[in-house]
Amino acid sequence: MSVLRDLFKDYRFALSFCVLCMLLALALLTIFSPHDPTFWGVVPRDLKPSRDNLLGTNSKGQDVFWQATFAVRNSLIISVIAGTVSRVVAVLVGMVAGYKGRGTDRALMFISDSLLVIPLFLIIVMLAMLVRDMMNLVTLGLLLAFFGWAWDARVIRSLILSLREREFTQTAVLSGTGTLQLVLKEYMPFATPLVFSTLINNMAWAIGMEMTLAILGLVNMDIPTLGTMLQWAISYQAILLGYWWWILTPIILAILLFVALYWLSVSISEYLDPRTRIQRVGAQ
Amino acid sequence: MMFMKRYLIPRLIQYFLVIFLGITAVFFIPRFTPSDPVQRTIAQLTSMGSYLDPASMEDFIEDLTEMYGLKGSMLQQYGAFWQRLFRGDFGVSFFQFPTPVIELIGTSLPWTLGLLLTTTFLSWTLGNIIGGLAGHFSRRRWSRALDTLAMVVRPIPYYIFAFGLLLLLAYVVRWFPVAGGTDIGRKVAFNWPFIKDVLRHSFLPALSLVILGGAINFQTMKLIVQNVNAEDFVQYAKLGGVKEGRIVSRYVIRNALLPQITGLALSFGQIFSGALITEIVFSYPGLGTLLYNAIVTGDYNLIMGITLLSIVAITTAILVIDLLYPLFDPRVRYT
Repeated sequence: MSVLRDLFKDYRFALSFCVLCMLLALALLTIFSPHDPTFWGVVPRDLKPSRDNLLGTNSKGQDVFWQATFAVRNSLIISVIAGTVSRVVAVLVGMVAGYKGRGTDRALMFISDSLLVIPLFLIIVMLAMLVRDMMNLVTLGLLLAFFGWAWDARVIRSLILSLREREFTQTAVLSGTGTLQLVLKEYMPFATPLVFSTLINNMAWAIGMEMTLAILGLVNMDIPTLGTMLQWAISYQAILLGYWWWILTPIILAILLFVALYWLSVSISEYLDPRTRIQRVGAQ
Repeated sequence: MMFMKRYLIPRLIQYFLVIFLGITAVFFIPRFTPSDPVQRTIAQLTSMGSYLDPASMEDFIEDLTEMYGLKGSMLQQYGAFWQRLFRGDFGVSFFQFPTPVIELIGTSLPWTLGLLLTTTFLSWTLGNIIGGLAGHFSRRRWSRALDTLAMVVRPIPYYIFAFGLLLLLAYVVRWFPVAGGTDIGRKVAFNWPFIKDVLRHSFLPALSLVILGGAINFQTMKLIVQNVNAEDFVQYAKLGGVKEGRIVSRYVIRNALLPQITGLALSFGQIFSGALITEIVFSYPGLGTLLYNAIVTGDYNLIMGITLLSIVAITTAILVIDLLYPLFDPRVRYT
């Protein structure tokens, strides 16, 4: 509990935590939604925000507020799939490369360096174009996971490299601990906070990528996400027609989500770095 | 000589390997995904209402297979693919039918290069100068205010940021044109009205790229300068009575710039992707908009051409940055 209390002393953590809770609550509200988000024409079209329709309605005859709840939920689902799967890859690659060293290390790091250097956006567009017909939340999440591990594998590798040189590794190896057990029992506790803070960054990246792909029409447009919601608003000329409630809802939700995720990860990683933690917490 | 062996040659080998891997990936991706480009093209044409009798359909399928380079075994296809690349032949575009892909890319490339180089240069220098100052005077109020601003701007993806600027400055207050690279119908000419028109149209895309890129450079530079400032040699110089200006320029900035050069090389691929996305938002006539049109019309050849060219261009740009690095870092130069 004292960890949480220290974290909450940072206004950025407190603020972003509250915003994320709010967005999560919004996502949970989908359970009570009166409409199916994929149906068109369930409410009158193009209404301004009012008491009946909190955020108005769009040109497809859908309630913008309930659409937004589904959009937030689905964007979060994609990002959680992309984030967790790519974390598994990053941890495996980072640990194997860091622990095995030599040829394995060089080969794995070459692959991850190549992924960092190549314009991934274009490769993802090419792939998304080819699997467009089977695009759904899960395949999109997996597609993004496939490309999102390179940087974090490097971070975990350098952590393992430094842990490997410490004395407790020698002690463990000499007292007969197997490699797998050593990694899981001794190294994982060091890596977990790092994995968590890279997870948040990766989730933000996945949500942003989903929005970009949606604008290009490369995802399933029937599933409401923040990206598809914005894309429908743009393609129905909501800007020119002045339906600000329709176009601004996904934009503002997305900005809130990105800033909150980023602030959360910054304040957690500052907390994990003892030098900055002393500045913030220890001085009192 | 040691420099060649330790630094240059491994770096060149890596360069060619990355290009080789990237191009190989571009070759295999469409072949290992379940959709058949030939069938797709035909489905697209028939859905547009054109009708072909069975005999000419056979011919058409044959032609398409050849055009997509799908003839023969996988290995033969792979060989033919490289041969065509070395001849600079990326096939023809479907979106503007008989025009070769390379020609379409050629007309868009100068626009992208102009935008990308100017904004990268501006955001790197501005971000580093302001970040360096903010790091040195990190306790001042303006430094903290800028830091908070960067904290808000930094996480917003290129698309959303550019779109927000467009909404605000082109629709709400109408200071800038909504789309395009020039006014419609203006001829390319090297005179003042044309240049002014180009600058006016590219101002918003450039602004969004400079702010986003600058925020990242600002943040990292500020952090690095703060860390360097705390190093022993800086403290020692201060105690030894070295002038403040000299400490900042010769001791701090010099050391802090090195990781920023590496950082530029590492993030160049991302910057490039960001420029493409920003171009799409503003319908700026560069590679990004070409890519958008290619995606909308399902022009796979064109997408492949853009991707292949980008891989080569970006890895080359990074190689150049890396080769310039020893100029700034004597430790690499003398090993």
